[in-house]
Amino acid sequence: MKLHYSIPALLVAGLVSTTAIAARTDVTIGMALEPPNLDPTGGAAAAIDEVVYANIYEGLTRFAPDGSVLPALAKEWTIENDGARYVFSLNEGVTFHDGAQFTADDVKFSFDRAMAEDSTNAQKVLFANIENVEVVDELTVAVNMKQADGSLLFNLAWGDAIILDEASATDAATNPVGTGPFTFVDWVQGDRVEIAKNPDYWGEPVQLESATFKFISEPTAAFAAIMAGDVDVFTNYPAPENLPQLDADPRFSVVLGSTEGETILSMNNASAPLNDLRVRQAISHAINRDEIIDGAMFGYGTPIGTHFAPHNPAYVDLTAQSNFDPEKAKALLVEAGFSEGLTLSLKLPPPSYARRGGEIIAAQLRDVGIDTDIENVEWAQWIEQVFKGRDFDLTIVSHTEPMDIGVYANPDYYFQYDNAELQELMAAFSVETDTAKRDEMLSNAQQIIADDYVNGYLFQLAKTGVANSKLKGLWANAPTQANDLTGVYWED
Amino acid sequence: MNWRSVVPGAFLLVVVIVGALCSFIWTPFDVAGLDIRNKMQTSSAIHWLGTDHLGRDILSMLMVGARTSLAVALVAVFIGMGVGVPLGLFAAARRNSWVDELIMRGNDLVFAFPALLIAIMITAVFGPSAINAIIAIGIFNIPVFARLTRGAAMSLWTREFIMAARVAGKGELRISYEHVLPNLTNLLIVQGTIQFSLGILAEAGLSYIGLGAQPPIPSWGRMLAESQTLITLAPHLALYPGLAIVFTVLGLNLLGDGLRDWLDPRLRRER
Repeated sequence: MKLHYSIPALLVAGLVSTTAIAARTDVTIGMALEPPNLDPTGGAAAAIDEVVYANIYEGLTRFAPDGSVLPALAKEWTIENDGARYVFSLNEGVTFHDGAQFTADDVKFSFDRAMAEDSTNAQKVLFANIENVEVVDELTVAVNMKQADGSLLFNLAWGDAIILDEASATDAATNPVGTGPFTFVDWVQGDRVEIAKNPDYWGEPVQLESATFKFISEPTAAFAAIMAGDVDVFTNYPAPENLPQLDADPRFSVVLGSTEGETILSMNNASAPLNDLRVRQAISHAINRDEIIDGAMFGYGTPIGTHFAPHNPAYVDLTAQSNFDPEKAKALLVEAGFSEGLTLSLKLPPPSYARRGGEIIAAQLRDVGIDTDIENVEWAQWIEQVFKGRDFDLTIVSHTEPMDIGVYANPDYYFQYDNAELQELMAAFSVETDTAKRDEMLSNAQQIIADDYVNGYLFQLAKTGVANSKLKGLWANAPTQANDLTGVYWED
Repeated sequence: MNWRSVVPGAFLLVVVIVGALCSFIWTPFDVAGLDIRNKMQTSSAIHWLGTDHLGRDILSMLMVGARTSLAVALVAVFIGMGVGVPLGLFAAARRNSWVDELIMRGNDLVFAFPALLIAIMITAVFGPSAINAIIAIGIFNIPVFARLTRGAAMSLWTREFIMAARVAGKGELRISYEHVLPNLTNLLIVQGTIQFSLGILAEAGLSYIGLGAQPPIPSWGRMLAESQTLITLAPHLALYPGLAIVFTVLGLNLLGDGLRDWLDPRLRRER
C-alpha cells in the first residue's frame, strides 16, 4: 500500500468509493500480442493502441466505451462552411509527460507529420481530405478540408491521430511521451510494458497508481496466469474454450461484448486464380460459418456476410448471399475452368481463430475440390509476407479497426481489391455530412464488396473479457483497439 | 537374447508399425473429415478413442500420425547413417591425417549445438514442413554415427584380419567397405534404434512447437499442442497422443537394449 497519497487524491478517491484506500491501485493486463513499437502513428498493429490509446496518448477527440466520439484534448469545436472547416479550441494547462506545454503547434505538427509524403502512418486515409492545419492562436487550431467532411471528428479519435510533441516524437516508438493520464515507465521487450499514473494530468485523475501490460501469447500460459492471479484481466481472452470454466469461477467475471473485428478469409484479389470472381464466389459458398464459429470459437462470434460490424446501425445482413452451398461452389469452379480442382496457399497467423479456423476452412474447401497448402506463420512473418509482401492466396485475419470498410477503396491494401465504383463511393462518403445519406452509402458499399466476393466473410469477433471480479470500469465492448484504463478501479 | 526386453519392445513397436501401415489402406474415419457437432467426445463404440476439438477421430489421427513419426525418424536415421558411417569409415582409414582431423572437428562443431536447436534453426530458415524436420533431425544424427563408426573402426584397424587384408594388397577404402563395415553392423543397428527413438521424440517436439508436419497432416506432437488449452475439458485429447509417443519410444529403447545384449559378443559371454 502506498502511503504518499496527496490530500486531493485522497479526497477524489473518497468521493468515488469510501473504501478505495484499502483497495489495490495496480493492475496487470494480459495481452496476447506484444506491440512491435509504441508509436500508434507509426504502425498498424492493434497491440500498439491497446497499450497507449487513452492511457499515454490522447487525440483531439476520443472514442467512448460505446463507440461514440467525445472531446479529449479539444475542449470544443465549431464546424464552419458545412463541414469544410473545423475550428477546435484546446484544453488549457495541458502538458506532455516531459513537461512541454501542449499547444496548437503540436496539433499542426502531429497532423502534418501524419500527412507527410514519407509518413509511416498506417491510416493516412484518415487525413486524406485535410487541406491544411492552421494555427489560429496558442489554444485554437483550425483544420481546413479539401471538401466538406462529415467524418473528421470520428477520424481524429483514432489512435493513428493522437497528438505528439515535436521534441519527443522521434523516440515515440520506444519512449512514448504523450499527454495522457499515465506515463510510460518501462518496456521489457518480450515480457511487459509498465505505465504509472501521471500526477500532473490535466483532466480527471485516474484511480490506478500503476498498470502493467503483460504479453502472453500462449493460451495455456494465459489460462495459468489468470488462474494464479498473475494477470488481473484479459480484455480479450485468447482461448474461448476456457470461458465456461472461468465464468463458473466466482473469482472471475466473464464479459462478452462486441468488437470491431471482422474476421475474414482474405483473398489475394490481384493474383490468379483469385482474380476470377467465380473462384472467390465459389470459396465463399464453400464456407460453412456456423461450423467455424462453433469449432474455432466454441460458439463465440456472430456470422457476417460483408466487411461491417453487425452492431453498427448501418449494417446490412448479407450472409444469405454467400450462404453455405457446396454444390453451387463446385458448379462455379467448373464454370471458372477448375473442374480438376486447384491448390491455394493458406497462411495462418497465431490466434486460434486463424489456426483452428484455417483447418476447418481447409476441410470445407477440400469438399468442393480446392486443396490448400497450410502454413502456420508468426505475426512478424505474417506482416512481412502477407500484409507487406502480399505473398499469399488465402489468409485468415480479424480486422479490428472500427468502420474500416474504407480499406476496400485502397487498391494497394494487402488483398488488392480494385473497384473504381467503390472508390468513388467511399470518396463521396468521406465528404457527406448527412447521416441518412452516409448510412445509405455504407449499405451500398457493403453490398458492392459482397457482390464482388472480395473476401470470405466469416464472423464478427466476440470480445471475451475475463477479469478479476473486483476489477471495475473496463470496457465491455471494443469500439476501437484500446485498453482504456482511465475509468478502472478496484472494488473492495 | 534378453527376451524380457526384446519381446515387449518388439510388441509395442509392431503395434505402432501395424497401425501406421494399416492407415495407408484403412482408418476408422477420414482424418481430414471434420465433424464439429461431435467434437471432444470420449471413447465410444463408434470413436474408440473419442474425437478431438474439431470432431476428428483420435484413433485414426494416431494411426496416420504414427506414419508421420516413423517416416520422419526412419528417414532421419538413414540420412545420419548414410552420411555419418562413410565419414567415420573414411576418418578411421585415414586416421591421424588432416582428413581425419577435418572430419572429426567438423563433427564436433555440429555436436556442439544442441540437437533440437539445430532443428529449430533449420526449420525456421527453410520453413516448417515434414521434409525439413527430416533433414534437421537427419543432420544431428550424422556426427553420432560418424563418431561411433570411427571409434569402432579404429580398434578394428589394429586387428590381424585387417593386416592380412593389407598384406594382400587391398586399398584402405576397399578394406573399410569389405572388412571393417561388416564388423560394425551390430553396433550400427543398436545405435540406429536409439537414434530412431530420439528421432520420434524430436519429431514430436518440432511438431509441438509448430515446426514439423503442417496441418492437415496429423502428427502426435501437434495433437499434444492443440490439446493444451482443452486439458481441463477433455484430458483424453492430450492423453492418447502422449501415450502413443511414450509407448513407441519405450518400445524402441527396450528393443535396442535387448538387441545390444544379443548382438554384442562381450556382453553375451558375460551372461
